Amino acid sequence: MAGTAVLGRLTWQVADVIEVASETPRVKTIVFDAPNWTGHRAGQHVDIRLTAEDGYRAERSYSIASAPDGTRIELTVERLDDGEVSPYLTEELRPGDQIELRGPVGGYFVWEPSRNAPVLLVGGGSGVVPLMAMIRARAAAGADIDMRLLFSSRSWEDVIYRDELGHLEGSGLRVIHTLTRSQPPSWTGYARRVDGAMLADIAPSPSAKPRVYVCGPTPFVEAVATALVRIGHDAGAIRTERFGPTGG
Amino acid sequence: MPIISRGFRGRRTEGDSARVPPGQYLTPDFPVLSAGPTPHTPLERWDFQITGEIDEPRRWTWEDFRALPSEGVTVDIHCVTKWSKLDTIWRGVSVDTLLDGIETSAEYVVEYSDGGYTTNLPLEDVTGGKAWVVFEYDGEPLEPEHGGPARMLVPHLYFWKSAKWVRALRLLATDEPGFWEVNGYHNYGDPWREQRYWGD
Repeated sequence: MAGTAVLGRLTWQVADVIEVASETPRVKTIVFDAPNWTGHRAGQHVDIRLTAEDGYRAERSYSIASAPDGTRIELTVERLDDGEVSPYLTEELRPGDQIELRGPVGGYFVWEPSRNAPVLLVGGGSGVVPLMAMIRARAAAGADIDMRLLFSSRSWEDVIYRDELGHLEGSGLRVIHTLTRSQPPSWTGYARRVDGAMLADIAPSPSAKPRVYVCGPTPFVEAVATALVRIGHDAGAIRTERFGPTGG
Repeated sequence: MPIISRGFRGRRTEGDSARVPPGQYLTPDFPVLSAGPTPHTPLERWDFQITGEIDEPRRWTWEDFRALPSEGVTVDIHCVTKWSKLDTIWRGVSVDTLLDGIETSAEYVVEYSDGGYTTNLPLEDVTGGKAWVVFEYDGEPLEPEHGGPARMLVPHLYFWKSAKWVRALRLLATDEPGFWEVNGYHNYGDPWREQRYWGD
């Protein structure tokens, strides 16, 4: 596991809010232009800092949703009702506002389109965000590598990036949804929590040595990573990112 | 001049703000952060070792380890992902006890865990009552997802320095950056100086 992050100080920089778009009733994507951004890799995150008029500050980390694209960065944020920062980002922020951020951060939960091992992505809810950066990076590079996303959402209305995922499917990308709480009337897909049988159906064979990325709430990541090891995947090839019930 | 976030008021930390390092917020929960699957090593296969710059490596089985004198510790913990948790209650063996009687010229130590995780720190940061190998949290056996059966506890540094599933301490003459330390995170990690990333 060699060092791969960019060496150097991560200084706070000012970014402009360009656009705020709804993904689902609880989730928004915020597009920033950060003039001093030096680029990122799919899977990395960014630190956000908010400052109140009296100088009080709050910092949080958010995964980057966009593929590397110059000084443009997209964050997709789920509103946590008891959160301190996510309600501000999703409800208050609007184009023309400025925000302080620094990054990119994290050199492990990352994927490069130049890799040629098959990829399994397993996302729960807004845990799909860093995985979407990987899917977008693959599309931007025109790569045709075998990439599969198993995406667990509560309902069809809660599926983040639903239309874009539909458009991107094909030429080696498969998107498999499971809807855990409610399903549309004609739904024929999975309708339960991700389990070993589902993973065995969808994952490339362990002998194909897939690279696996799992992101979601802690119980989701625990269950998925444990099941993957149980069906024969190399623990060392499974990279996880988790978020707790707080964090917002 | 900092940018003022229009309309942001924030939720202030009541009372204990002097105990919360810069950029951190308090949580009553115990979030989990790890880079891969949770290892499940059976206790009969578990051991703990001190290796590196010492004449005779030391090794304890789980039974040996649990026979060592342990102490209760109540400390605040600070994760680099921004959450802090006050008054967490642990029980474990002081690293001073594990190193008792060892003569070494080492100035650094690397913690080794099941699953391949490593983290490095100066030896003086784990001696003198500053670090423990803990096996209980809040009066219960430490759960696997929080590092059970045993994890390091080095509460004065960001919590990634408190390796989960720890199995060995290797004493070294020279510093050897660990898993997160080569992946962009600060080599020392003092929360009060907000040493999160390289260059902080």
